[in-house]
Amino acid sequence: MKSEIKMSYTKNQLLRFTTAGSVDDGKSTLIGRLLYDSKSIFEDQLEAVEASSAKKGFDYVDLSLLTDGLKSEREQGITIDVAYRYFATPKRKFIIADTPGHIQYTRNMVTGASTANLALILIDARKGLIEQTYRHSFIASLLKIPHIIVCVNKMDLVNYDEAVYEKIVDDYKAFSAKLEISDIQFVPISALLGDNVVNRSNNMDWYKGATLLHMLENVHIESDYNHIDSRFPVQYVVRPMSNEYHDFRGYAGRVAGGIFRPGDEVLVLPSGFTSKIKTIQLGDTVLEEAFAPMSITMTLEDEIDISRGDIIAKPNNHPESEQDVDVMLCWMNQKPINLNSKFFVKHTTKEVRGVLKEIQYKLDINSLHRIENAPQLVMNDIARVKIRTSQPLFFDNYRKNRITGSLILVDEGTNETVAAGMIV
Amino acid sequence: MSQYYLSHLKELESEAIFVIREVVAQFENPALLFSGGKDSIVLAYLSKKAFQPAKIPFPLVHIDTGHNFPETMVYRDWLVNELGVRLVVGSVQESIDSGRVKEETGANASRNALQTVTLLDTVEKYKYDAAMGGARRDEEKARAKERFFSHRDEFGQWDPKNQRPELWNLFNGRKQQGEHFRVFPISNWTEMDVWQYIFTENIPIPSLYLSHEREVINRDGALLSVSPWLKLRAGEVPEKRIVRFRTCGDMPITGAVESDADTIEKIIEEVASSRKTERGTRADDKRSETAMEDRKKAGYF
Ligand SMILES: Nc1nc2c(ncn2[C@@H]2O[C@H](COP(=O)(O)OP(=O)(O)O)[C@@H](O)[C@H]2O)c(=O)[nH]1
Repeated sequence: MKSEIKMSYTKNQLLRFTTAGSVDDGKSTLIGRLLYDSKSIFEDQLEAVEASSAKKGFDYVDLSLLTDGLKSEREQGITIDVAYRYFATPKRKFIIADTPGHIQYTRNMVTGASTANLALILIDARKGLIEQTYRHSFIASLLKIPHIIVCVNKMDLVNYDEAVYEKIVDDYKAFSAKLEISDIQFVPISALLGDNVVNRSNNMDWYKGATLLHMLENVHIESDYNHIDSRFPVQYVVRPMSNEYHDFRGYAGRVAGGIFRPGDEVLVLPSGFTSKIKTIQLGDTVLEEAFAPMSITMTLEDEIDISRGDIIAKPNNHPESEQDVDVMLCWMNQKPINLNSKFFVKHTTKEVRGVLKEIQYKLDINSLHRIENAPQLVMNDIARVKIRTSQPLFFDNYRKNRITGSLILVDEGTNETVAAGMIV
Repeated sequence: MSQYYLSHLKELESEAIFVIREVVAQFENPALLFSGGKDSIVLAYLSKKAFQPAKIPFPLVHIDTGHNFPETMVYRDWLVNELGVRLVVGSVQESIDSGRVKEETGANASRNALQTVTLLDTVEKYKYDAAMGGARRDEEKARAKERFFSHRDEFGQWDPKNQRPELWNLFNGRKQQGEHFRVFPISNWTEMDVWQYIFTENIPIPSLYLSHEREVINRDGALLSVSPWLKLRAGEVPEKRIVRFRTCGDMPITGAVESDADTIEKIIEEVASSRKTERGTRADDKRSETAMEDRKKAGYF
C-alpha cells in the first residue's frame, strides 16, 4: 500500500491553469485558499503572512498576502505580467499562471493563457457579469484554452443564495454561446471562507456539483494535445562525431501532434522527401511510440538533408505551406506597428522574416465588434492581419494545433517579443 | 501505453529538454552553471538525455567559492568524468586575490555576493552567450515571475521591468552584441518534483543530501557544519548530530536539518511532510525580505 502511494506520482498528470478576474474579485484570496487548504504552504511562508495580517490589524489570516509579492510591485508601478505558482495534490500537479495587473491585462492574460489547459474565471456574486468577464472569456476562447471553470465568488456576501448563482450561470451561458469554448463548468464559492474550494460547503446544500479542487483534479485533459495529425518540428540535429556512432544522424525535437512509431512512413518538409522512421529514443531509452508533448530523438532509414526548422509529418497528413498567412494578432509592445513594418517571425523551430501586409480589422474585445480601417496596432490590440514571410511557413490552423498554429513576432531593432499570433 | 498522456514528471522532463535544446540551437557559446546542488545535477542529467548518443555540447561551469563542502567537489569531479563533459572553474578566491572583490568580514560574512562578480567575469572571459542554471520558480517569490529565457544587459543585470513575454514554447533568444541570457530549463519544477525525478531516474547525488553524522553548531536555529571557515562565537560548542542538507551551497552558511532520511524515498517522504521551505535553511536569504531580488538584479544566478 505504502509503496503504491509513493509510486503514484509517476502517474500524476500536470494541469496548467490561469486565473482571471477584475481587481478585488478575490483572485489572490482564491489562490491563497487553494494553496492553504491543499496544504501546499510552508510554515515559514504562513508565519510571514500571519505576521503581516496582524500588523494590518486583521482578525483573520489574509490568504491573499501569500501572493503578495506582486501586489507591492503593482503599487510601485512596476510592470508585472505573469507569476507562476505551484501546488500538488495526490492526484495532480498544478501550475498556476497568475496574471495580475490591470492595464497590461490583455498582454498578460494572452501570455498566461498560451500554455494553459484551463482558465479559472472569477465573478463577484454581488456584481454578476461585468466587462472584464467578457474580455477574459474572449481571450480564453481566442487562445483556445480547452477548459473553463467559472467561479462565482463571495457567495457568503449574498447569503449563499441559489437564485443569485443561477442567474449568473444563465447569463454566462447565454453570453458564452457566442464564443468557442467546448467545456465550461460552474461552481459557487467563497474564497475567503473556503466554501466549495477544497472542502464542500455546508452553506449551499442546493449545490450538487463538485468542489473547485475536485474539478481541477478530474477535468479530462488527455485530449488537450492533438494526437491525430502527426507533426514533428526538427529542433536540432544530433551528430555524435564518435567512432561508435559514426553515421548517426538523430533529429531532436518535441512532438507537436499525432503519434510517431518506428516503421512509419514520413514526409519531410520543405524538401518533400519521404522515408521511414528507424528508431525513436530519448537518452538511452528506446521508445515504441512518441506523441505530443514528448521530447525525443528520431532517426530515419534514409540519409536525407534535414535541418532545424524542417518539419517531419506524414505523406497523407501534413501541414499547410504558405508565405501569406492570416493571423489573429495580439500586439504587446509600447511601440505601435504600422502597415509594411518588418519583423522576425518565430514559428515552431523556424525563424523567418516577415512584413505586416494588411490589417483586416481590429476587435473591440468588450463588444467583439470589428473595427475596420485601422491604420496601426497599439499595445493590447487584437486584430486580424495578413503577414507575408520570406520563406513558406509549415503550419496548421491554431484551432487544430496550438503548437503548429502559433507564432511570435520579434522586433528587428530591439529584439523584443512584440506580438503573439494565432494562425487562422 | 494506450492512453496518450505523460506523467507530470515526464512532461516536466520533456519541457526542460526542449529548452536545453533550444539553447544549443539558438546560441553560439552556451554553458551550464553547475553548483553541485541537486538542481544543477538534474540539469546536467537532462542535458545528457537531450543529446545522447552525442556528448553534451557545452561545458559545465563551476563558480568555486573556495568554501565548498568536500563532498560537492568529489561529486563534481566524478560527474564530469562520467559525462565526458568539459569543466570550467571560475574561482572566487582568484577574484579576491586579484583585488576584483573584497572578502566580507564580520559574523555573517559570506562569499555569496562575491560569487556574482566571479560569475560575470567568467561569462565575459569565455564569452558565453547563454548560461543555463537550475533555478526554480517555486524557490522564492522573486523567481515566480522569472522567464525561461532571461535577458541580461551588457552588465549582466536583470531588469524586471524589461523582460520579454514568453508565449507557448516559442523562446526568443535574440540579442545585441555583448548581451547574454540566463536560461532556466527546470523553472517549472518544485523541490518535490526534483526529488521524485532523482528517485525515478536513479540519479546519483552527493552524500550530503542523505542523513549522516556531522559536527555542527546551532546558530540562531541553523545547524552549521564545523569547518575551517566557520568562526565560532563565544559559547558555541560543536556537537555531533544526525543531519542532512536540503541545499548545498557555501559550507559556512548552509544549514543542515536533523533527519534520518538516508534514502531518496525517505527524503521524498520528508519533503512531503516538511513545513519549511528549503531556503529557510539558508542564511543569505534571511538577510532581508528582498534579499534574493536584489541579488538577482545584480546578476546572481
Ligand atoms: N466576503 C468575502 N470576501 C472576499 C472573498 N474573496 C475575497 N474577498 C475579499 O475581497 C477583497 C479582494 O480580494 P483579493 O483576493 O485581494 O482580490 P484580487 O484583487 O482579485 O486578487 C479582499 O478584501 C478579500 O478579503 C469571499 O469569498 N468572500
